[in-house]
Amino acid sequence: MSQHKLKAARPLSPHLQIYSPMLTMMMSIMNRLTGVGLYFGILIFTWWLMAAASGPAYFDWVNSLLDTMLGKLVLLLATWGFFHHMFGGIRHFIWDFAKGFNLATVETMARIGVVAPIMITGVLWYLLCS
Amino acid sequence: MSYRTPLSNVKGLGTANEGSEHFWRQRVTGLANLLLSVFLVYAAFHLVGQDLTTVKAFFQNPLHFVLSTAFVMSATYHMRLGMQVVIEDYVHNEGSKIGLVILNTFYTAFVALAGVYSLLKLSFGA
Ligand code: HEM
Repeated sequence: MSQHKLKAARPLSPHLQIYSPMLTMMMSIMNRLTGVGLYFGILIFTWWLMAAASGPAYFDWVNSLLDTMLGKLVLLLATWGFFHHMFGGIRHFIWDFAKGFNLATVETMARIGVVAPIMITGVLWYLLCS
Repeated sequence: MSYRTPLSNVKGLGTANEGSEHFWRQRVTGLANLLLSVFLVYAAFHLVGQDLTTVKAFFQNPLHFVLSTAFVMSATYHMRLGMQVVIEDYVHNEGSKIGLVILNTFYTAFVALAGVYSLLKLSFGA
């Protein structure tokens, strides 16, 4: 029996490359990227918890690493990723109730999804560092 | 045109009926993460830059312990569901797909256990 008969003839949706980039599409991609980023980023948070559970010497060492420029940069990125993904998730929740599908609303939500996470991250870091 | 594969016709079983459950759990854990993010911000203000004594005291508070543990469990479950979808979207070789989905389970279980164990030790330990 030939191999191709095992596959059903399913239609393919147009591929990503066919569309010109739009904000809403970028936001969809970003939600996936930040989700995957957090998937690995949570290791830092866990590592910090394990360090605390391991004792003062190791805890201080880990804290000193996180306190470097590079450490802070990674943490800043993780904070932003968290809130960006969170706003993406909230948009999904709104859509799940079959609300917010008209183009103007979709566009507005996408813009809020870009700006709000940056602002929240900025304010939070400002307050935490002062 | 039938979209079913010959194999699925022979089996006659339809779907595994787990898709909507996966979707639903992704939402419920997402909602839990959303609510717990308020606690995370609160915790950040109490923990960032503090020494170990202060950190331990923070987690010895029962409410702090429960909410932190809830976040670890909800986030790891949520990210396991999410990553499984990402794997299924991009990996089409059946063997690699199953391997990666299993690896996903192991990784997320490790992160969950590491987090919960650490929190237990911090809150119960001397
Ligand atoms: C802060 C609150 C959060 C909310 C409201 C939220 C919500 C969501 C929702 C609704 C989805 C499904 C998106 C879709 O169906 O396309 C999703 C996907 C995902 N989430 Fe979250 N999430 C949150 C936090 C997190 C955290 C902390 C992590 C990781 C530690 C994470 C990792 C993921 C991953 C890996 C995906 C799959 C991405 C994809 O399929 O494109 N999420 N999230």
